[in-house]
Amino acid sequence: MKKFVAMLLALSMVLAFAACARTDTTETTAAAAETTAAAVETTVAAEETTAATESTDGTESAAVEVMTHEEYLAAAIDDQVCVETYVQATQSWWEDKITVYCQSPEGAVFAYDMACSEEDAAKLVPGTKIRITGYKAEWSGEVEIMDGTFEFVEGGDTYIAEALDVTDLLGTDELIDHQNEFVTFTGLTVEPSTDANGNEAAFLYSWDGSGSQGDDLYFNVSVNGETYNFCVESYLCGADTDVYKAVEALQVGDVINAEGFLYWYEGVNPHITSVTAAE
Amino acid sequence: MKKFIALVLCGLMLLGLSGCHGSQEKAAFVIPEEFDTSRNYEIIFWAKNDTNMAQVNIYKQAIADFQALYPNITVNLRLYTDYGKIYNDVITNISTDTTPNVCITYPDHIATYLTGADTVVPLDDLFADPKYGLGGSEILFDGPTQEEIIPKFLQECRFNGHYYAIPYMRSTEACYINKTYVEALGFTLPETLTWDFVWEVCEAAMAQDSQGNYLLNGQKVLIPFIYKSTDNMMIQMLHQLDAGYSNARGEVQLFNDTTRSLLHTIAEQVEKGTFNTFKLAGYPANFLNAGQCIFAIDSTAGATWMGSDAPLLDIAEEKLVPFETAVMTIPQFDPEHPSMISQGPSVCIFQKSDPQEVLASWLFAQYLLTNSVQIAYSQTEGYVPVTSKAQSSAEYQDYLSRRGEDNDTYYCVKIDAAQLLLDNTDSTFVTSVFNGSTSLRNAAGQLIEDVNKSARRGQTVDDAYLDELFTEVSALYRLDQITASDGKAELGPLPAASKALLAALALCWLGMGIYALAQSRKNRRQPS
Repeated sequence: MKKFVAMLLALSMVLAFAACARTDTTETTAAAAETTAAAVETTVAAEETTAATESTDGTESAAVEVMTHEEYLAAAIDDQVCVETYVQATQSWWEDKITVYCQSPEGAVFAYDMACSEEDAAKLVPGTKIRITGYKAEWSGEVEIMDGTFEFVEGGDTYIAEALDVTDLLGTDELIDHQNEFVTFTGLTVEPSTDANGNEAAFLYSWDGSGSQGDDLYFNVSVNGETYNFCVESYLCGADTDVYKAVEALQVGDVINAEGFLYWYEGVNPHITSVTAAE
Repeated sequence: MKKFIALVLCGLMLLGLSGCHGSQEKAAFVIPEEFDTSRNYEIIFWAKNDTNMAQVNIYKQAIADFQALYPNITVNLRLYTDYGKIYNDVITNISTDTTPNVCITYPDHIATYLTGADTVVPLDDLFADPKYGLGGSEILFDGPTQEEIIPKFLQECRFNGHYYAIPYMRSTEACYINKTYVEALGFTLPETLTWDFVWEVCEAAMAQDSQGNYLLNGQKVLIPFIYKSTDNMMIQMLHQLDAGYSNARGEVQLFNDTTRSLLHTIAEQVEKGTFNTFKLAGYPANFLNAGQCIFAIDSTAGATWMGSDAPLLDIAEEKLVPFETAVMTIPQFDPEHPSMISQGPSVCIFQKSDPQEVLASWLFAQYLLTNSVQIAYSQTEGYVPVTSKAQSSAEYQDYLSRRGEDNDTYYCVKIDAAQLLLDNTDSTFVTSVFNGSTSLRNAAGQLIEDVNKSARRGQTVDDAYLDELFTEVSALYRLDQITASDGKAELGPLPAASKALLAALALCWLGMGIYALAQSRKNRRQPS
């Protein structure tokens, strides 16, 4: 009898410990499920996009044909597009998405939030040839490929674009023809930016100065009597990059040359990747 | 020896029980008797602003004023412009036990924070503490009592049986309307905006000339109706129709016939070219101000960007088109019973091992409810203060009365937006908060975004499409993994293992009782 009681007690304790352990695991799992939902979202979204791409033409084999750049330009907004192009730069990879600045000798495309694994993101080095399938979109004036997927072009060559000097095109209707291209501006004079408190500075953290180091940088430059707003996009060039530091060191009146990608946000708003003193 | 063994066994069982009880909790926060002013405290405050320098200045001023009152507390400000980024950073920092002390947040997010180890401090006892609570005797500033926090707003911070936050600012959504265009199309704005009216005006606006210019604005671009937050759009439409979304038990009800019907309507409007969303087109304010939109729905906290005289502009001056702006409640299905969401930042406090540090955090959080902070911050956008103390103050009433005096502090659209919420506070609602409610909210918006994209891209949006969409979105946001509670105990039903444990313990006690009884009888039979 005593042995039976002892066994019973021991068994109940084992069960007690087991029950505690089980509760703990369940709750932790639930928390993980919730907190990783965003990451899962992007993964599945990518799969969805692929499926949609395939189903649009009815069969899996009837994939979208690769377009020339001219055909891409001629495509309407919301049309499905497919281009072969070369990576020029990427923004930070985040939750299975990446934004890529691409260019071929024919022209440039901007692929926004393209589905991409972290492993593949590491392979998207400048010059790499990729085939992007997605939908043409326009967001606040920026024409881009949205909901894109990509594949590496096996055996593809490499291409790094030379910066095109578009200084003389600033303020002209012709400038938009070079949207998203890697460009250079020369002989720009740094003009004061005014923050929301009315203070003048050579640059601002965030558009109105409400940000802090690490946020996008905004600065004004003038050329040919007109002033333009340029941006150092922090997801492209973070606080530890040379260009970020160079812009933080700018003084009003400095004359500079700048390189970057001809991004658009309600007008030209280049994403600057390099700033040097003009000779 | 037998007694010793029995004692050891009982002790082990008690330990086992206490282990179960505390398996997910640190030591609960106990309010110190006195705030120890002989020590110095460093409080980290993660604050969200709307990329608005005026708001940043108010945070900084609030910190300076608070530190002047409590020189032993230093508040370090970290600025965010995105709730989602705060959420991600908090989640990351919970795992390393490096959460901030005080944090601007949404109640939905707190529900997720609470799934970790003891993280967010329940505020019930702090509210009621006679010394350091709301209106407490030892508070060095003129803060509100609990009764002076607008009950509806305070209630939004209560879930799982506790208050886990205090409201900081409140807003709702408003429809910013190009009244000039509405009237040019031959319509008169009704007293209460309805969905039928909005769609009717939108469709009337689509006429184009032979060159593809819209007759209404003479431009090639016109998106009559743009919605910023599609999750809010779906949630509010469902609420207005008394249709399912979720309930207090955390049950997902989003995928229903009303949702299906709404998505069909949205697809039809997209195909007609009348509707688009922020995610696909851009900021509603930019289209509105350029004369390319008639109905722009955005937060009342975005009012300073709305209208051709808006103090904040994101488009070139030459693109501005002058028009009269009307600010109305979001469209309604039943104008007699308007319904709109209540939103806006709340403040939570994170648990720390030092109760004095937590108390210092609470003092600062409470300071954010003082009139000086509440009124100043509310004036930066179409926010309203969360206390009746601030709302009824002469200073705030004066602010409201000066509507339109300038296009800055007294910008009419901004004050109209705030007044809209003041007038409709009783018609606001919030959705239930539970672990998974953030995902559900995202899913609600995703349905509209996907339908918008598909309709635009020439895909057929029919019932088969929606069946597939429901399945995909449910899987995408893991909605099938959200566990609804039973509505009685907020901890949910007992797991099978726990039931087995309780049964075993009962058996154990029964066995011990039988053994003790047997021993007693045995002893009685033995001669003394």
